[in-house]
Amino acid sequence: MVRAWESNPELEVQHLSMRFGGLTAIGDLSFNAARNQITALIGPNGAGKTTVFNCITGFYKPTEGLLKLNHDDGKTFLLERMDDFRVNREAKVARTFQNIRLFSGMTVVENLMVAQHNVLMAASGFTFGALLGSGGFKRADAAALEKSKYWLDKVGLVDRADDPAGDLPYGAQRRLEIARAMCTNPRLLCLDEPAAGLNPRESEELNKLLLSIRDEHKTAILLIEHDMSVVMGISDHVVVLDYGRKIADGTPAEVKADPAVIRAYLGVEDEEDDVEGKAAAAVVHEAVDHTPAPIATLEASLETPPPPDSRPARKPVAKKVPAKKAAKKGGRK
Amino acid sequence: MSAPIKSSSGGGEAKVLSSAEIARDLVFTGIITALILTPIVAIRTQLDQGSLTWHPRFGLALSLAGIVVAARLLFHVLVWNPRAKAALEPDTEASRPVVAKGPSLADRLGPKVGPILLVLAILLPFFFIAIGHSSGLFPGWDRRGIDFAITVLLYIMLGWGLNVVVGLAGLLDLGYVAFYAVGAYTYALMATRYLPQWFGPGILPYAFFISVPIAAFLASMWGMVLGFPVLRLKGDYLAIVTLAFGEIIYQVLQNFSRFTEGPRGIGVPKATFFGIPFDKSDSGFASLFHLEYNRIQYFTFLYFVILILALVTFLVTRKLRRLPIGRAWEALREDEIACRSLGINTTTTKLTAFAIGAAFGGMAGSFFAVRQEFISPESFKYIESAFILAIVVLGGLGSQIGIVFSAMVIIGATEMFRELEFLKYVLPEGTEPVQFRMLAVGLAMVLMMRFRPRGFVTKREPTVYLKEKKSVSADLVSQGHG
Repeated sequence: MVRAWESNPELEVQHLSMRFGGLTAIGDLSFNAARNQITALIGPNGAGKTTVFNCITGFYKPTEGLLKLNHDDGKTFLLERMDDFRVNREAKVARTFQNIRLFSGMTVVENLMVAQHNVLMAASGFTFGALLGSGGFKRADAAALEKSKYWLDKVGLVDRADDPAGDLPYGAQRRLEIARAMCTNPRLLCLDEPAAGLNPRESEELNKLLLSIRDEHKTAILLIEHDMSVVMGISDHVVVLDYGRKIADGTPAEVKADPAVIRAYLGVEDEEDDVEGKAAAAVVHEAVDHTPAPIATLEASLETPPPPDSRPARKPVAKKVPAKKAAKKGGRK
Repeated sequence: MSAPIKSSSGGGEAKVLSSAEIARDLVFTGIITALILTPIVAIRTQLDQGSLTWHPRFGLALSLAGIVVAARLLFHVLVWNPRAKAALEPDTEASRPVVAKGPSLADRLGPKVGPILLVLAILLPFFFIAIGHSSGLFPGWDRRGIDFAITVLLYIMLGWGLNVVVGLAGLLDLGYVAFYAVGAYTYALMATRYLPQWFGPGILPYAFFISVPIAAFLASMWGMVLGFPVLRLKGDYLAIVTLAFGEIIYQVLQNFSRFTEGPRGIGVPKATFFGIPFDKSDSGFASLFHLEYNRIQYFTFLYFVILILALVTFLVTRKLRRLPIGRAWEALREDEIACRSLGINTTTTKLTAFAIGAAFGGMAGSFFAVRQEFISPESFKYIESAFILAIVVLGGLGSQIGIVFSAMVIIGATEMFRELEFLKYVLPEGTEPVQFRMLAVGLAMVLMMRFRPRGFVTKREPTVYLKEKKSVSADLVSQGHG
């Protein structure tokens, strides 16, 4: 069987490592994300998923490794060498954030207009043309507004278009963030826990939205998610991380049945060898909705050979350090 | 003073105190005050030829205690009394009359406020001439009134310029006066040194109009010079570096005497009406327009120059806000990381904000030089930056109309003290009311921050809308990261 992500990858991650001081957040990670497919990146808390995202979108510079993005017109981009804003502008990778980052003091439609900054900036003749009242800018502005309207319709927020983004309920903010990312015309959309905090009905709507982005807009999606109903329901390819290393890679069904995955999530050897996919998924789901028990950490640490120094203190440190780095990085760029 | 006893029971409900309770409270207040005052006021020790003697001052202590008790009584009657409270603060939930805290004057006037202000601004100098000169009711008030209006407009323009950096892009700039200084020295040096040297003395009548765009250009260059090192900085660090930048420019002006004449300053030629001087000669403005010569004509002309410059600032900024660059500034204020994830180059976005804000500062500086007819580094101290920043903050970050009001309040408060001559009779011998101007400004700021913490205008106007334009409440608008 030829797998799409091997034959036609949109994104190739090769031997990616990210170290923060002595802590290895990602160690020698390689995986592909296929074109026009939904790839899910899952793993227990602190497995390094968001760090992978930050490397792909240019917010972190990886310690080692190659991040290659292939557009279908043959252009390739080495993401690890690009500034964060170029990753979006040139390589067409858009992202959302785990803790929503909307422009909360701007209205919903303004948020979407800001996302079309580069197109509008060029059309406005880098402001000078628009100051002199060029017609080209007016047309571009109207087109951008149309596009915003399209995406608002798509995520069901047309009625709230003129409300401040900060006033929206949580689920709507998540959808707006996806719409805003899509307004940048991405080839690859990276979603960091889009279903976090959504109720089952909203999760269902999210699934539909993501499928339509994949099918109608020919956009590859890379997804970090803990909600297994989303992961197993819509993804074509699942990559499982634990302690910054890949422990499984395959179709949802394959991953569900993988004993390493079950161990990583549950931390116990299952007595029966022939675990049924469904039962395992149910247990996995149960497990990830809550924080993995300490014993899970312990067991998993026995399973995968860890970097020696970081292992015991991993839980608190792994969560803290990237956040700090992100803040620092934000201040510096 | 301690909190009143009223909130003792009933879940914070204000309790109406009976007269007896108030009397008891006042007696306690008097006793406590007397106890406190006894050691610090009533007993005064003095060294008398090596021995310590004490001079009782019970009369003073008693009168002070009396003042405290009387003040507390006033508080009981006016402030802590729930009924009086309802009357004084109408926005309690019990009663909400029309004059509530919610929308300010500017908010309520809405879109009409701009044109109204513009018409008033155009008519203002003629009003001053009418009351000060033609009617003869207030002699000298034409000159003073127009001068005051020019000052206010100058600060409004500076506020609008700084608003680009602080209000829109959310970058705290404490060194804005540096660009003001660059603009002022650009005109001064151009008019006195370089333009005559390059083009001969015939250029001099036009020097101001040539210098204003040059000043804007040079100031924006300096804006970028400041912008580059501070690109990576945020918050307090950004504020400190911009503060230092303002100080550097001041020091350079002080000490680079060969170029800037140092603390001696530079005398600056007057502006002309596009080449026509304002003087008594036959080719002067008055005789050309068949008017009686009066110096007020020059001040009126200056007033309209600064009005036009300020309007240019206003209109350009308003337009920019609706262009992608302006939206990127505001997005930058809201969330820089999200901006970068959307492909916005935050470096150029910040630099343009600094450059454009500085350009307006430079233009205002040129005007300042031509109006003062003399500049020296003393005019460009840190306190000017602080004033301009206070105007922007009190106006409501990002709001252009709010800045008009806050400039009138702040500059009005400072200038008013120059006029309060009668205070001399009230205040003790030897105190000048003028000395209290900064005190009054400080007090005004504290009060305004207490009652309107987000400034006069607490709403943000969206730059684009689909169906209906709704203002964004200031609670949601970020104040920027630095």
